[in-house]
Amino acid sequence: MISRKLLLAASVAFGALSTTTIARADSVTLYCSADEAWCQQLARGFEQDTGITVDMTRKSSGETFAQVKAESANPKGDVWWGGTGDPHLQAAAEDLTEVYADSPMRAELYDWAIKQAEASGNRTIGVYSGALGFGYNKDLIAKNNLPEPKCWADLIKPEYKGHIQVANPNSSGTAYTMLATLVQLMGEDKAFDYLKALHKNINQYTKSGSAPIKAAGLGETTIGIVFLHDAVAQTVAGFPIEPIAPCEGTGYEIGSMSLIKGARNPEEAKKFYDWVLQAKVQEKAAEVNSFQIPSNKNAKVSDKVPDISKIKLIDYDFKKYGSSEERKRLLSKWDNDVASLPQ
Amino acid sequence: MRAANSPTGLHPTVLLWLAVGWIGYAVLPWYGLDDNFFLLGWLTDGYPLNDDVAPALFLNLQGQKLWLAPFAILLALPLLLYGRPKNDPLFGKLLMIVGALGMAWFFMQGFGIGLRGWRFEWLNLLFGKLDDRQFGMGYGALLTVTAFLFMFCIGLAARGAVGGDVFVVSSIGFVIGTVGVFIFMPVLQMLANALITPEGNYSLGSFISKIFSERLWSLGCFTGTRCGVALNSLFLAILVGVLTTLLGLVFALVATRTGFKYGKLLRALTVLPIITPPFVIGLAIILLFGLSGAVTQFVSGVFGIQPTRWVYGLPGLLIAQILAFTPIAFLVLIGVVEGVSPSMEEASQTLRANRWQTFWNVSLPLMRPGLANAFLLGFIESMADFGNPLVLGGNFDVLSTEIFFAIVGAQNDPAQAAVLAIVLLFFTLGAFYAQRFWLGRKSYTTMSGKGDAGVHPRLPAALEKILFIVAGFWALFTVFVYATIFYGSVVTRWGIDHSLTLDHYVKSFSIGRTEHGIHFSGAAWSSFWTTIEIALISAPLTAAIGLITAYLLVRQHFKGKEAFEFGTMLSFAIPGTVIGVAYVIAFNVPPIELTGTGIILVLSFIFRNMPVGVRAGIASMSQIDKSLDESSLTLGANSWQTFRKVILPLLRPAILAALVYSFVRAMTAISAIIFLVSARYDMSTSYIVGRVENNEYGIAIAYSTVLIVVMLIVIGLMQLIVGSRRIGRRGVESDQMQSRTNVSSPVVQPSGAG
Repeated sequence: MISRKLLLAASVAFGALSTTTIARADSVTLYCSADEAWCQQLARGFEQDTGITVDMTRKSSGETFAQVKAESANPKGDVWWGGTGDPHLQAAAEDLTEVYADSPMRAELYDWAIKQAEASGNRTIGVYSGALGFGYNKDLIAKNNLPEPKCWADLIKPEYKGHIQVANPNSSGTAYTMLATLVQLMGEDKAFDYLKALHKNINQYTKSGSAPIKAAGLGETTIGIVFLHDAVAQTVAGFPIEPIAPCEGTGYEIGSMSLIKGARNPEEAKKFYDWVLQAKVQEKAAEVNSFQIPSNKNAKVSDKVPDISKIKLIDYDFKKYGSSEERKRLLSKWDNDVASLPQ
Repeated sequence: MRAANSPTGLHPTVLLWLAVGWIGYAVLPWYGLDDNFFLLGWLTDGYPLNDDVAPALFLNLQGQKLWLAPFAILLALPLLLYGRPKNDPLFGKLLMIVGALGMAWFFMQGFGIGLRGWRFEWLNLLFGKLDDRQFGMGYGALLTVTAFLFMFCIGLAARGAVGGDVFVVSSIGFVIGTVGVFIFMPVLQMLANALITPEGNYSLGSFISKIFSERLWSLGCFTGTRCGVALNSLFLAILVGVLTTLLGLVFALVATRTGFKYGKLLRALTVLPIITPPFVIGLAIILLFGLSGAVTQFVSGVFGIQPTRWVYGLPGLLIAQILAFTPIAFLVLIGVVEGVSPSMEEASQTLRANRWQTFWNVSLPLMRPGLANAFLLGFIESMADFGNPLVLGGNFDVLSTEIFFAIVGAQNDPAQAAVLAIVLLFFTLGAFYAQRFWLGRKSYTTMSGKGDAGVHPRLPAALEKILFIVAGFWALFTVFVYATIFYGSVVTRWGIDHSLTLDHYVKSFSIGRTEHGIHFSGAAWSSFWTTIEIALISAPLTAAIGLITAYLLVRQHFKGKEAFEFGTMLSFAIPGTVIGVAYVIAFNVPPIELTGTGIILVLSFIFRNMPVGVRAGIASMSQIDKSLDESSLTLGANSWQTFRKVILPLLRPAILAALVYSFVRAMTAISAIIFLVSARYDMSTSYIVGRVENNEYGIAIAYSTVLIVVMLIVIGLMQLIVGSRRIGRRGVESDQMQSRTNVSSPVVQPSGAG
C-alpha cells in the first residue's frame, strides 16, 4: 500500500532533520536585524570570548518582530539585537520582551541609548544610532547637469523631477523616520505640504528602506533618501555615492536590543547583552562596513562614520512617534493626502 | 488482499495498523525529543521510564498523563474482530468507530492541554485548573494517530465506500488528513486574523471596509493616479498566464513536432529560468534594461534618446515573469502535446482536412487540458511571485509584496495581510473555476490500449515558421540574460569595475585542507548542504502525494470530490509569505511543534508544491483511457497493482515534471521560508537575499550560478532514474524524435525509447 511506504519514507526522512533548536547547555539563540557580516562578526566574537554557542538568525527588524510575536506563546529566540528602534518599542509595548534594568554596562552608554531604554520601561536599549539624510550618485548628477542637493528644501525643486527615490513609509521604518522627522522639523502642516511637493519628484517608493541608495549606487536613480550610514557603506563599497546630511537638521534612528520574554536561555542572553555593549565590541562594526554610531561612549569611532557633531540633530521624540496610534494616524494621512496624488 | 476472505484470524491489514498503533502507544516515545530521534540517544536516557522519553503506556502506568489512557482501550477494541470476515457488519462499523473516536480524542487532548495546562479558559472553568502540561507530540503520537486514520478508512471501505477499495479509501483519507493538518489548519488560523480590529476584537465591519477599500480596487490608472493593488495583480496574472501558455506551447511544438534538430539545447534553455534562484533574473534585467543598464545605455548612445526607467513596473515584471514561468507551461504542455494520438490526426487527414485544419480542429482542442492547466499555473505563479515584484515592481504594487509588507513592514497589520490574502485566494479560485468551465465535460482521452500506430503529421508550414521565429527570439533572449548573469559573477563589481575575478566563488565555496582532512571553509557551504538535503527529501514526497491525488481525482468517483480537488490546490494559491507566517503561528506550540526544525521546511515545500504534481498528473492521466485500468482490474489486479504497473509507467513525464519542479522550488523558494529558516537550517535563498541586501551582488550571483549547475546535474540524474515512457510504436520512424518523451532535461536520454 503506497500510503504505508510513503509514511515510512516520510518518517525516515524527517528523522534526519528532527533536531530542534531546544536549549542545550551554554547556547544562546540570537535574532539579529543588522546586515549579515555584522551579525556574523558578533555571533563568532561572542563564541570566541565566552565559549557559549550562538545560533544566529538574520532577519529585518520587521520580520523579526512578526516572528517574535508569532512565537510569543513558546519563544524560540533569546535575544534580539539590532534593527531600528520602533519595532523594539512596539515589542516592549506588547509585553513580548523582558525588563533588564541593571546591566552593568549602562553607565558607559550615551544618553540617547538610555533614553530609549527608559521610553520602553527598560525592555530595550540603544546599541547604535544613525542619522537620516540622503545620498546622490555623482556621475548621474554630472551627466544630467543637476546642482548638488544640500538641504531638504533642495529636494523639492522641479529640476529633480523623477530623480529621487525613497521607501514607502507604510513598509519601511526608514521612510517612516523621514515622515516623523519632517513633522518634527517643520510642523505637521508644512511637513505635509513639503511631502506633497516631494511626491512630484519621486520616481519610485521602494518597499525596503535602504533600497533607494542601492538603486542610486547602480545608477538607477540619482538621489536616494536613506540613513547616512547606508549611504556611506555604498561609498566605501566603491559606488559613486556622496552622502549628505541635510542643512536644516535631521532625525535619527536608534538601533536597539531586547531580551525576549520567556526565553529558554535567559542567563546566556544577559551575558550576550552585556558583552555586546562593550566598547571593544562596538568598535569593530566598521571592519564589516557598518558605519552606525556606537552607543558606548568609549568606543573609538571610524573616520568614515558620519561625524555626529557636525550634523544638526533634532530632538526626536521616540516615545510619541514610535507609538502605534501616532504612527497609524500619520501613515493614513500620508496615504490619503500624499500617495493618492497624481505625480 | 485475497486473504481478506478467509474467516480465520484477524484481517491482515487491520492487524498491520493495529500493530502500528500499539508500537506508537507502547513502544516509541510519545512526546517530541530534544535530540534527533534516529540517533537513538533516547534508548539510553532512562527509557522507558523517564518522563521525557517514555511511551504513553509507561506514562499511564506511572499514573501520569492519564488523558492518554483511552487510546489503550481504543487500540484493544479491534481485537474483537478476531475471526470475523470483512463483510461482517460489525467489522466496518467497529473500525470506523474506533478510528473516529481515536482521532477525535487525539486532537481534543492535543489542542486542549498545552504548555501551561488547559489551553482554553472555558476548560479551566469546567474542570478547574490543570497542574499538568504537555509538549509537542513525537513519533509515538504520530504512529498512533496514523493507525486510527487508516483503521477508519478500512472500516469505511468495508462498508462499501468507493466500491470497497481499501487502497483508494486509505489514499483519500491520507491526503485529506495531511492536507487538513498542514494546509487548512494553519491557513484558517491565519485568515481568522482578517476579522480582527486593531483593538484585538473580532469585527465584520472592519473586514468589509478593508476588503472594498480604494487601495485594492481603485481604477486610478485610467485617470492619472494609480490602480488598486488587486487590479494590478489580476491584470498582470492574466497577461502572464496567457503569454506563458502561448510560449510554452510554441516550445512544446517546436520540440516535438517540427523535427527540430537541436531540441535538447532548446529544452536546456527553457529549463534554465525555472532553476534560477529568485532576484537573479530581476537583477539581471535591471543590469541590462535599467536606467544605467547596458542595453539602455547602448540604445540611448546610438539613438540619442534620454534613458528612462521604463523597465520598472509592468514591462519589467512581464519580462521577468514570462522568462521565469514559461518553462512551467512548457513542462505541462510537452507531455500533453506528444500525448495527442496520431491516429486522430491521421483520421483527420484521411478525411481530407489540410494540415492547418487538422492542427486547429483536432490537435489543438485535444491539448485543451494542457493549455488550461498551463494557464492556471502561470496565473497562480504570477499572483504569488514575490522576488520579481520586489526588485522590478517600481510603483506597480501587487498583492504578494503588499501582503509581505503588511506583516513585516512598519504598519505591521496582520489583519490587512489576511484581507489581501483573501482577495488573492478569491482570484485564484476564480481562475480555477474558469479553467474547469472551459474544459467542460468533454473527453480528451487519446491514449488507449488499442492500436496506436503512426506519426504526428507535420504542422502547417506557415505555423512552423512562426514557431521557429518566436522560439528562436526568446531562446536568444534567454541566452543573453544568462550570459549576463554569468558575467556578473566573474567581474569584481558590476557597473563599476569590470576586471575579471574568481573571488566571489572563492569566498563562497572555498575548500580548505586541515589536519582533519577536507574543510569546507567557504561562507556558503552550510546553507548549501542544508538546501540540497531538504530539497532532495521533499521532492520525491511531493511527487508521490501529488500523483496519488491526481489519480484519485481523475480515476475515482467519490462524494465531495470537487471540494477535495480545491483543497489540494489551495496551498498553491496562497502566497508564500502567508504560508510562512501561518506555519509559524500554527506549528510553534504543541501539539504540533515544528518551528526551528528541518521538518517544517520539508512540510512547507511538500504542501506548497504538491499542486504541480497534481496538475501534471491530471493533465497526463486524462489522456490515458480508462479501459487500460479496467482491463488490468478485469485480469485480477487490485487498484494498487493497477496504479503501480499500468498507470505509473505511463505517467513518467508527469512524475518527472513533479519531481523536478518540487526539487527546484525547494532550492529556489524564498517568501515562505524566510520565516521558517533557523540558525541550524538556513537556506541558500535567504543567504542570497542577505548578500543582495548587503550589496554583494557578485557573491549572490556566483552562488546562484553554482545552484543552477547543481540543479541541472540533479535533474539529469532524476531523468535517468525515472526513465521515459514508451507509447505504442510511435517514434520508431524518425530518429530525431527518439527522445521526445524526455521532458525537461538537457541530459542525453538513454537510447531505446520507442
